[in-house]
Amino acid sequence: MRKIWDFHGGVHPAENKLQSLQCDISSAGIPPQLTFPLSQHIGAPAEPIVEVGEKVRKGQKIAEARGFISVPVHASTSGTISAIEDRLIAHASGLSAPCIVLDSDGQDEWISHQGTEDYSKLEKAELLKIIRDAGIAGMGGAGFPTAVKLAVNPDAHKIQTLIINGTECEPYITADDVLMRERAADIIAGAEILRHILNPDEVLIGVEDNKGAAAAALKGAVRNSGSSVEIVTFPTKYPSGGEKQLIEILTGKQVPSGGLPSELGIVCQNVGSVVAIYRAVVHGEPLISRITTVTGAAVAQAQNFEVLLGSPMSYLLQLAGFQPERCARLVMGGPMMGFTVADHEVPVVKTTNCLLAPTAEELPAPDPAQACIRCGLCAEACPASLLPQQLYWFARSREYEKLAAHNLFDCIECGACSYACPSHIPLVQYYRAGKAEVTQMRHDQAKSEHSRTRFEARQERLERDAAAKEAQRAARKQAAEERARQAASEGQEDADPIQAAIERAQAKKAASQASVDGEAGPKTETSQAADTEQAATTQADTAQPDAAQPDAAQLAIERARAARAESAEQSPLEKANSKLQRLQERQAKSEAKLQQSREDGAAENIIEALESALEKLAPKIAAAEQELKALQEESEG
Amino acid sequence: MALMQVSSPHAHGPLSTPTVMRTVLLATLPGVIALTYFFGFGTLVNIAWACLVALGCEALALKLRNRPLGFYLNDASALVTATLLGIAMPPYAPWWLILVGVAFAILIAKHLYGGLGYNPFNPAMVGYVVLLISFPIQMTAWAAPVGINANNPPGLLQALQLCFAPGSIDAMTMATPLDLLKQNNGLLLEDLWRQNPQFGRWSGIGWEWANLGFLAGGGYLLYKRIFTWHAPVAMLASLSLMAALFYDGGSSASTGSPLFHLLSGGTMLGAFFIITDPVSSAVSNRGRLIFGAAIGVLIFLIRSYGNYPDAVAFAVLIMNFAAPFIDYYTQPRTYGHGRQHEEQDS
Repeated sequence: MRKIWDFHGGVHPAENKLQSLQCDISSAGIPPQLTFPLSQHIGAPAEPIVEVGEKVRKGQKIAEARGFISVPVHASTSGTISAIEDRLIAHASGLSAPCIVLDSDGQDEWISHQGTEDYSKLEKAELLKIIRDAGIAGMGGAGFPTAVKLAVNPDAHKIQTLIINGTECEPYITADDVLMRERAADIIAGAEILRHILNPDEVLIGVEDNKGAAAAALKGAVRNSGSSVEIVTFPTKYPSGGEKQLIEILTGKQVPSGGLPSELGIVCQNVGSVVAIYRAVVHGEPLISRITTVTGAAVAQAQNFEVLLGSPMSYLLQLAGFQPERCARLVMGGPMMGFTVADHEVPVVKTTNCLLAPTAEELPAPDPAQACIRCGLCAEACPASLLPQQLYWFARSREYEKLAAHNLFDCIECGACSYACPSHIPLVQYYRAGKAEVTQMRHDQAKSEHSRTRFEARQERLERDAAAKEAQRAARKQAAEERARQAASEGQEDADPIQAAIERAQAKKAASQASVDGEAGPKTETSQAADTEQAATTQADTAQPDAAQPDAAQLAIERARAARAESAEQSPLEKANSKLQRLQERQAKSEAKLQQSREDGAAENIIEALESALEKLAPKIAAAEQELKALQEESEG
Repeated sequence: MALMQVSSPHAHGPLSTPTVMRTVLLATLPGVIALTYFFGFGTLVNIAWACLVALGCEALALKLRNRPLGFYLNDASALVTATLLGIAMPPYAPWWLILVGVAFAILIAKHLYGGLGYNPFNPAMVGYVVLLISFPIQMTAWAAPVGINANNPPGLLQALQLCFAPGSIDAMTMATPLDLLKQNNGLLLEDLWRQNPQFGRWSGIGWEWANLGFLAGGGYLLYKRIFTWHAPVAMLASLSLMAALFYDGGSSASTGSPLFHLLSGGTMLGAFFIITDPVSSAVSNRGRLIFGAAIGVLIFLIRSYGNYPDAVAFAVLIMNFAAPFIDYYTQPRTYGHGRQHEEQDS
């Protein structure tokens, strides 16, 4: 007898499995229309490779895998593609997603396909390609692409144990149970294919002890085939079929948080997936059908169907004698982890292991939640050894750091805590919301971190530029000072800029008087601090040499003298007044010049320069007026 | 018909909070019957009056807090608080004493902290301690058990009269065994037992049976999986251990035998009905072991060396303070995390 381990927590909900075990698997037949969602698995959605109106045959690939974690989709019967559009799909969100719609022709005509009886000659990579091309994704409910899971690098992780999951711990569901009973030989054959791929030390099939018939059938098949696969039964407890829990039961090891079973040398596959692998490899059939349990008190005869993928749920329910008026909610999956679907027309997909149509008495609407009394029953039920009530408080008070610190992300959402909670608190819902919030928060944090880095880089660049400019400015200033010092050392000690200007102007005047008459007038600069409009005026002057030009320097000297005298005597009010007057004079002068330039048909650039000079004067005048006004008010007040 | 859209799980276990509370109430029966048999109808009157007051206070608090009355009254948590306080109080306590205790428990210790689930202290014990400190005379006047000095405990009518038209009950009270032991000056335990008729086989007459009754009720609750064994067993074990250490064979300095401590005062009531109150105790099983064991030690210390005759209420309140602290250091190791607490504070 093999040693088995127990896992922490777990609950024992009413099994309700007998209802659907009264008859054998029956074929659901061909519905008139089938809908194939492009995303029936975890990973990137498949991409359609057929067009509307195209005729397809059974088993034909109609959508190709896109990316590594993705699988293709195949037509499950022959017919015509009637639409490629968004349809309601089986998802907890109740949202629509891209689907390929097929009108069946009833012929059920297969595409030519061929299997490989002797797969032992095939390379591992070839087998994985067959499995991927057959569109196989975990059929226990998660829908993770099977080929990806099997593609473990033997150099990194030597696989010691291959575990085939026949636990089916969810109440009501018997799809895997009947599969094991009726197709045990296929399971063992599939397990041998996996053994060939993974080369593990041992292959185990885990079955709960409430499925005696299934375990017996598997053992019989093992005997018949001479296989060394070991059938291990263990006590029934929910959720022993969770991958992590099953691994602990069979090996006593725990998958590290955030890690994969392959790190422990373990790979886990559902029995349904194993049969699909067998059919893909040996018979060359892609995954186009599955076993689905139809159960609940709102159907007349609960049973298991072999159903074509893409069949509408309503079609399947009808076969089981569905009484819609008695059905309060329609659940895909079991009562613990299944989700409600929004409409009966939603199609059956690769992960549809069960359609549960309970009456309101059977699964009553949830009671309003009462206060948490910290009874701790949730912590006793939690298979991940979390503290569900602490998580609940933190989720309610939005303490996301604490949620993460209390290992929220190790929650497998099995629902055992909510099941056990005497106050009927929808704990799992809080955790789902909490996980979403934490994920969003981490995303935002990463984004803001990114923005911060960018901002800092920009800031640094700006500072660098500013520093460079500053350095240039300093260098210029130093040079200017150097020049000033040189000038000073040449004996001109008068620091008064006006005096300096006068002297410079006199010097220039002397120079210009000394120059030969009739030549173009020298450039005139009235002041070293010449501003733009003066420069413009000067340009205009330069462009328009007139005879009076040499007197400009004389004028400047007089102006400067006057200004110095005025500024020494005048009050602020008077100063402002005279400033305004000066500006107005300049304006008038500029306008006159502009007028003249226009009349003379001067070059455009000159006119433009004058115009812009005028424009610049306007705000200065306005400012001066304002200053004057303020001063007047001040003196009056 | 529109299909219901709800999040999983869709199935729910059989337990509900009102069921839990009613089961607890039911489990007090054996102990209450024993108390009534030995001390008369006083305890029953206590419980009935306390329940009435509790419902009134609860309704008042809910109304002030704008909460739906029916929904919250239905959880029966106020009745549990009132019943436990009624049991803990001396039989034939005057009505106003019970009123003050229950009102304090419900209004202050429960609703002022946010109502059921939010109270850091056990409301019944808060009420009890408030009374014990404020009205020590009334709170320590415990009736004599049946059959002593040809004493017949009062009937229902007399009990009602004593409660609502309080007179002196000095004549019918007697020191409890715990009092006698504490005040023992120089008598060997054997002699103490012989000189005082209140002592029974292991502890006091009546007390033994009341404690055994609560033990039976606790066993029922364990069977019904209302709480885990950790806290009660740890408390009883640590109390026994302490008593055994200081028993010294029954000399005049002895603090009493382990059995005496187990079957005296509020030991069993405390072990199965008070410290198992989930709201104010530690959360994890390991935490509950620590919580219960510490209470056992405190009960022994306060009983033997403190000023008050019984110690359950004080011990529980002290450990209520410590519960969050215990919780912090006893988080279970999550699946897939290191065997040690390496990642505890990460």
